[in-house]
Amino acid sequence: MEFYIQQVLNALQVGSVYALIALGYTMVYGILTMINFAHGDIFMVSTYLAFFFSTFFLAVFSNASPLLVFVSTLLVAMFGTALLAVLIERVAYKPLRTAPRISAVITALGVGLFLENFMVAFKPVGPAPRFLPPLIPQINYTFGGVTVSSIQIVIIVVSALVMFLLDTIVRRTMVGMAMRAISWDKFTAPLMGIPVDRVISLTFALGASIAAVGGTLYGMAYTIDPYMGIRIGWWAFISAVVGGIGNIRGAMLGGFILGFVEIFTPVFLPSTYRDFVAFSLLLLLLIFRPTGILGRPVAQKV
Amino acid sequence: MMKKTFWDRWGTPLILLIGFALSMALPASGLINPYIELVLKYIGINIILTISLNLVNGYMGEFSVGHAGFMAIGAYVSSILTVWVFPAAWEGVLFPLALLAGGIAAGLAGLGIAFPSFKTRGDYLAIVTLAFNMIIKSVLENLEVLGGPRGFMGMSKLTTLWWVYLVVVLVVYLARNFVYSSFGRGVLSIREDETAASLVSVNTRQVKVLTFVFSAFLAGLAGGLFAHELQFINPRSFTILKSTDMLVMVYLGGIGSLGGSILGATVFTVVMEGLRSVLQLLNISQEWRLVVAPLMLILLMLFRPQGIMGLREFRFLIPLQERSEAIQKARETARTQRRIGEVRS
Repeated sequence: MEFYIQQVLNALQVGSVYALIALGYTMVYGILTMINFAHGDIFMVSTYLAFFFSTFFLAVFSNASPLLVFVSTLLVAMFGTALLAVLIERVAYKPLRTAPRISAVITALGVGLFLENFMVAFKPVGPAPRFLPPLIPQINYTFGGVTVSSIQIVIIVVSALVMFLLDTIVRRTMVGMAMRAISWDKFTAPLMGIPVDRVISLTFALGASIAAVGGTLYGMAYTIDPYMGIRIGWWAFISAVVGGIGNIRGAMLGGFILGFVEIFTPVFLPSTYRDFVAFSLLLLLLIFRPTGILGRPVAQKV
Repeated sequence: MMKKTFWDRWGTPLILLIGFALSMALPASGLINPYIELVLKYIGINIILTISLNLVNGYMGEFSVGHAGFMAIGAYVSSILTVWVFPAAWEGVLFPLALLAGGIAAGLAGLGIAFPSFKTRGDYLAIVTLAFNMIIKSVLENLEVLGGPRGFMGMSKLTTLWWVYLVVVLVVYLARNFVYSSFGRGVLSIREDETAASLVSVNTRQVKVLTFVFSAFLAGLAGGLFAHELQFINPRSFTILKSTDMLVMVYLGGIGSLGGSILGATVFTVVMEGLRSVLQLLNISQEWRLVVAPLMLILLMLFRPQGIMGLREFRFLIPLQERSEAIQKARETARTQRRIGEVRS
């Protein structure tokens, strides 16, 4: 029993990260109906931002309080990643908004691979895996046979907070309303005085900074390397599709489902079957329920 | 109807024959060194891959990102046949059978993928093919019989230059007849407007599935050639990166053009190989080579989405009876394309 509770906690931890990244995929899809294949690699860049900043920060202020270190790293990573995402959107996607829809998807695939291979070839980063310096002290609490670390708690709580915040932004603010309006009808939205370009940029920035939260949290718990944009990014993408791409709560749900798949696959099968299980799940879902769990079917208009 | 001259009738076969003779003579005579021979073979294999992907992405206007998976199936199936099944003395003779089997296996996998995923249009094929690519890689990594992540080896070097040449000519010929058949018109009509196509009684579902199967078959053929050139394959050779290379070649050459596929594959292969020596010369890490292909893809989509050929076709690739009208038609297609772009915006 303790074993399963422990695993559920681990699954929640991994699932929160997937959910945070999946939100970026789903928001961009919702507003532009475009699969932003570069998002996983944007997440990867965010972990490196967190890595470099926290290393630098701790070198300069070696006795800063953990809270300050954690929050400043988080903010810097969020800001830097948002900037990168907006830059990518302006340079690579915006000129293609009037081109056939698939062009932007191909470009996104190119941008993702470019980021990944650039980070591998770029000397200060390189292909070797790295560790973030400890941002907060790791303390293990044991209840019965179940161990919870302070990092685990921070990951789950911060993710939940961010998800709640995003859900509120999208549902309750003017910006969120503008986003929903554009995703509903992007031709009428500008007629209602909605600055489409600015809202789209904002969506990219928001999605990327949420991915940066995920990136920083991920880096606190695991090693980082330039290839994780593919490994983690694709999993998050599956999460978004499983939950119903374009649907924000679906992305959160999908993230946790994939977290459970990742943690519980090794219980029944060798751990090398993880990718197989995840992608088979995706394939089966697409065959039997193409719109995902929470997605609504869309009729093709002539 | 144009009058057939001697060159119209016999020019192409003659040139092809000369090409075949060269592909046999050049490596044997030692006029080209093994490295150049290798690059030529890669060009041939890449031409097949590019045509394969172009049928789906260019002619049909769907979007597949998982063709490396079909290539992997072709590579493994043909290798299993030549290494385990065929008697060693006969493997040279039976090689085409192995290639064909690889292609058919890939085609069957394509059928399995296409059947459910063409129920709806849009991004589904992209996601499904992507998932397929990942699943194939994962399955191969977990099949210890086939060497798992270490890969499969023991193939003889059966892929000679003339074999590559023969297969390429055959594939170009098949693809040309495919594209210019009435079935091929159906494929084009789906790209232009699927609803309109079904209204003029194109069985869109069937056309899409069969085109995808044919495309997968071609990718499988290329995989077989690839495996028997390298004599060693592992699951990492068939990742999404390989699929992206194919995408770059397709969009570099130009969608919806066989000539474009040939040019795109050739230019891409030569540039990537040339880059290897340039980087070595400048003493820069070879890792930067991998940055170039994605960058090329981005720049292409931004500045020249129609590629080198841009929906045009080489004269010799157009069936005789259509040549005179073909130029006119190409212009019209280009015009329609532009108009579609405007309407969509």
